[in-house]
Amino acid sequence: MASVTLDKINKVFGHDHIIKDVDLDIGNGEFVVFVGPSGCGKSTLLRLIAGLESITDGELSIGEQVVNELPPRERGVGMVFQSYALYPHMTVYENMAFGLKLAKESNETIEERVMATARILQLEELLHRKPKALSGGQRQRVAMGRAMAREPRILLFDEPLSNLDASLRVQMRNEIARLHHRLGSTMVYVTHDQVEAMTLADKIVVLNAGRVEQVGTPQELYQRPLTKFVAGFIGSPTMNFLPAELVAGTAEGCRVRANGVGELPLPQEPGRHDAGDALTLGVRPEHLGLAPASGDNAFEIVNVEYLGNEVYVYLEPKEGDTLLIHRSEAPSRWQTGERVALVPDPEHVHLFDAENRALVAKRARSVA
Amino acid sequence: MTSRQLNKLATRIGFWVLVAVVLIYAIFPFYYAVITSLKPSSELFSVSYWLDSLDFSNYVAIFSQGSFVRAIFNSILVSISVVAIALLLGITASYALGRVRFRGRTTVMLVILGVSMFPQVAVLSGLFEVIRGLGLYNNPAGLILSYTIFTLPFTVWVLTTFMKQLPQELEEAAIMDGATPWVTITKVFLPLMWPAMATTGLLAFIAAWNEFLFALTFTLSDDQRTVPVAIALISGGSQHELPWGPIMAASVTVTVPLVVLVMIFQKRIVSGLTAGAVKG
Ligand SMILES: Nc1ncnc2c1ncn2[C@@H]1O[C@H](COP(=O)(O)OP(=O)(O)O)[C@@H](O)[C@H]1O
Ligand SMILES: [Mg+2]
Repeated sequence: MASVTLDKINKVFGHDHIIKDVDLDIGNGEFVVFVGPSGCGKSTLLRLIAGLESITDGELSIGEQVVNELPPRERGVGMVFQSYALYPHMTVYENMAFGLKLAKESNETIEERVMATARILQLEELLHRKPKALSGGQRQRVAMGRAMAREPRILLFDEPLSNLDASLRVQMRNEIARLHHRLGSTMVYVTHDQVEAMTLADKIVVLNAGRVEQVGTPQELYQRPLTKFVAGFIGSPTMNFLPAELVAGTAEGCRVRANGVGELPLPQEPGRHDAGDALTLGVRPEHLGLAPASGDNAFEIVNVEYLGNEVYVYLEPKEGDTLLIHRSEAPSRWQTGERVALVPDPEHVHLFDAENRALVAKRARSVA
Repeated sequence: MTSRQLNKLATRIGFWVLVAVVLIYAIFPFYYAVITSLKPSSELFSVSYWLDSLDFSNYVAIFSQGSFVRAIFNSILVSISVVAIALLLGITASYALGRVRFRGRTTVMLVILGVSMFPQVAVLSGLFEVIRGLGLYNNPAGLILSYTIFTLPFTVWVLTTFMKQLPQELEEAAIMDGATPWVTITKVFLPLMWPAMATTGLLAFIAAWNEFLFALTFTLSDDQRTVPVAIALISGGSQHELPWGPIMAASVTVTVPLVVLVMIFQKRIVSGLTAGAVKG
């Protein structure tokens, strides 16, 4: 177990600057998830920590030690790969023992560690099988076992569940969460799936184009996204965005006008923004109320999805082609073809400026 | 019978006739060699396609010549050495060419391919000088050297193609487990590359085993010769007699190891040649 500190980490491949000035503290025993769209540099960042890529600039410490120049085997990290990458010609036992053998551990130690790991991961029955005789979930567990057997200080996972089908993914997600509770070891986990990130993480790191967009607990990211990118990335279905305009600052915050919503009093402070500035209003589907309406400003319901416990109502947007979504408990009174007005809950409305940064609410600031 | 059934029958007969023709074309020369080798020399020119009796006198004759036994030994030594050296160098080179990114990698690959296209005769005199300069004339080591030169490009090329197809994450998993490149090659890649190694190794073996031109040029004395040259130099009792019987016996003798090897490795050869055609 150990903490990890990234200090202004940069990575350049040829002419491509892939990781840009990443600062990050990963606490001892923490479960940290890197999340972001495909190609944003999550795997690269993980591989920099593992030592599979060299750091172009910046300082990486594990524990108290700077490890920039250390090869992977001396960093005390174990890694679980997306494709599992099990050694096909070795049995499950040999797969898990390989690293220990290379570390010149005694045979008793090797057996003891492999058996202990196998017990934790329920692999005891499978020790003599080759990888090709295992199911996807079993291979996944062997890959974790191989990474764990050397008792690394940090466990790294690169999209470990993306090769599994949906139901197995949920099951393995649970197993990984329980494993973390049980071992209490530091884990860094990469995924592009925000649900995985929300359910597993103590701390989520949202990456966008090689930069850290925001770091926080799942709750913080969901309730107080600092940028429009984070707001749109976290949460499913995703947040609704409406073009809006600042009317004026007020004692309680500000007033904002949006097409189809009218004027709303909001707790956010206008800060350096002036009346008339363009803003973006963000409302999560569950905070977007609907009311019957008619006339030009009304929105048309184009589809209603019934999911048993809840209902998604899709609305034709005024601008762009992303449908707006209202979400409520089933049953819903709304029907396709009806026309409605939007009634956002002012307590849960987010505001973003032209640079896509969130405006901060007065109360949030005084609480903080 | 309907015309459709007739048609089907005709197609089928045609198919088997074609198979028979191909088989005869491919096997008859070898069959005739076996037959000839088992006849006493007195019957040699009475043409018959069946054996009436078995006569091993030709085999006794060639094996009682010390030089032929010696030639077989030389051939085995040379061929096995060529295979061993080519595979060792081929595997290590293919790791560099297939797994390590460096500037000029494609150029190296193209040069390797280009070199393998020269006909043997083109390099014969140059190679002769090299071998004499190294003091390897009339020495099996000279043959090992020259065969390896011709075998390596093919070996490296095939093994590199194969090595490139092994997943990157497999190598990285080994690195995370603390493996050095040498350990990765020997403990992780080698066991996965047996089909490719069997294929290239066998082809290298056959090439070295059958090679004639270099073997003739670079050796002088009977006790340094390899089998193809030894067979060519088998002579009869007089200038006017070609000893077909012993020649055929010798040919059959040296073909049998190849056939056995191919049989042993045939499964692996097929999987080696087709590996990567579909992702496994
Ligand atoms: N070895 C490499 N050489 C050059 N570019 C690379 C290399 N590895 C990754 N990249 C580039 O870095 C970017 C981020 O890749 P990656 O970290 O794999 O993204 P993610 O895991 O978030 O999908 C991509 O644009 C990719 O093309
Ligand atoms: Mg990735």
